[in-house]
Amino acid sequence: MNELTTVEKVTITLRVNGEERAVSVEPRWLLSDVLRHELGLVGTHVSCEQGVCGSCTVLMDGQPTRSCLQFAIQAAGSDIVTIEGVTHGEGLTPLQRAFAEHHALQCGFCTPGMVLTAQALLDKDPNPDEESIREALSGNICRCTGYQSIVDAVMAAARTTQSRVEED
Amino acid sequence: MKPAVFSYHKSTSVEEAVEWLEQHPEGKILAGGQSLIPLMNFRLSRPEELLDITGIPQLDTVSQTDGRLVLGGLIRHQALAEHEQVRRAAPVLAEAASHVGHWAIRNRGTLGGSLVHADPAAELPAAMVALDATFELVSRAGVREVPARDFYLGFLTTDIMQTELLTRVSIPSADGTAFGFAEVARRPGDFALAGCFVEVGQDTSGAITWFGISGGPERREITWSSDAQERAEAILEQLDTVDILDEEAYRHHVAQVVAEEAYRKAVRGIA
Repeated sequence: MNELTTVEKVTITLRVNGEERAVSVEPRWLLSDVLRHELGLVGTHVSCEQGVCGSCTVLMDGQPTRSCLQFAIQAAGSDIVTIEGVTHGEGLTPLQRAFAEHHALQCGFCTPGMVLTAQALLDKDPNPDEESIREALSGNICRCTGYQSIVDAVMAAARTTQSRVEED
Repeated sequence: MKPAVFSYHKSTSVEEAVEWLEQHPEGKILAGGQSLIPLMNFRLSRPEELLDITGIPQLDTVSQTDGRLVLGGLIRHQALAEHEQVRRAAPVLAEAASHVGHWAIRNRGTLGGSLVHADPAAELPAAMVALDATFELVSRAGVREVPARDFYLGFLTTDIMQTELLTRVSIPSADGTAFGFAEVARRPGDFALAGCFVEVGQDTSGAITWFGISGGPERREITWSSDAQERAEAILEQLDTVDILDEEAYRHHVAQVVAEEAYRKAVRGIA
């Protein structure tokens, strides 16, 4: 096979943010690029394309994964949540509000990956300690280096959710 | 950059996969893809044909058979780290798995992929050497069982053949040997500068398996002393038989430090 070979596209169905989306892809297309360029979900950011920076993180069947380190064709049949899908309708989640209140974002490039990773952590463990939060977020790089504010935001969001659970 | 063009095939059984491998001598296996896809993104690797094995059922299971812990090649690192049976039967393996990359990488990367890729700084190949695991390699010709201690041949090089698929790994139950694991990385999730697993037998026998300091896992038998000075000398004597790559003096020092730390963990029974 050489570079000039016509590549046959394959139509796959992805469940993205609760919606079934049919999309025609080349096998070599990364999930991150398909989300951005084919489905218009540009909240998934792409930076290092080698799994180091974490900005392309999406939830796949509830688990944070790198969308730049998988081919879209592999994601057929999976349930994917991008930053566009964390809120149902208008408004912000308690975690997103906490990010705003604790100045947990500056340029915002890393924020979608941070929010999705932190959300997955809170879904798994509603009351994580600071060390678990740092460990969970260690795979997401913030070049504005606002790490402390991000950790504070996740801790605050955990407290908010906890107190709500206790009220119920 | 983006991956070069390739043709994609997804297999749903071991039989079909090994048939495909037989017919595609240049074909490459795609499992978790956490090492392969970065290489493809930068076109350092340009396989023309990929076989996705992640759809093969029953290769992501953990079981115990005849006193051995049997792990499927498609178990994700995070599952290995959290699995109750693994934590009970081989706590040092669960601990090591939790140090592979970051959470998002561990959710996708597979045991078999890491073992066959054989990155010299990877934790799991060295863990398998320390735990005296046996790898089950399947091809159309049948099943071949290879001890982990014979499998690693050097930098990114193993005994697996192009037509073979690593399907399972089995680990003997501990015979009273205590294991310890330690590594030093510049940042959490980075490849280790040096790491090791130690075995401490019920007498003074034991071994150290280093990783990250040379072309692959380096297991050396050692006689442990309870005296720290004697122990340091014994560690040094074994370490000096390893051909250390890059930043030799510094790595040599870190390798000594992790060996002592892993020994202390083993003795205190905290993996």
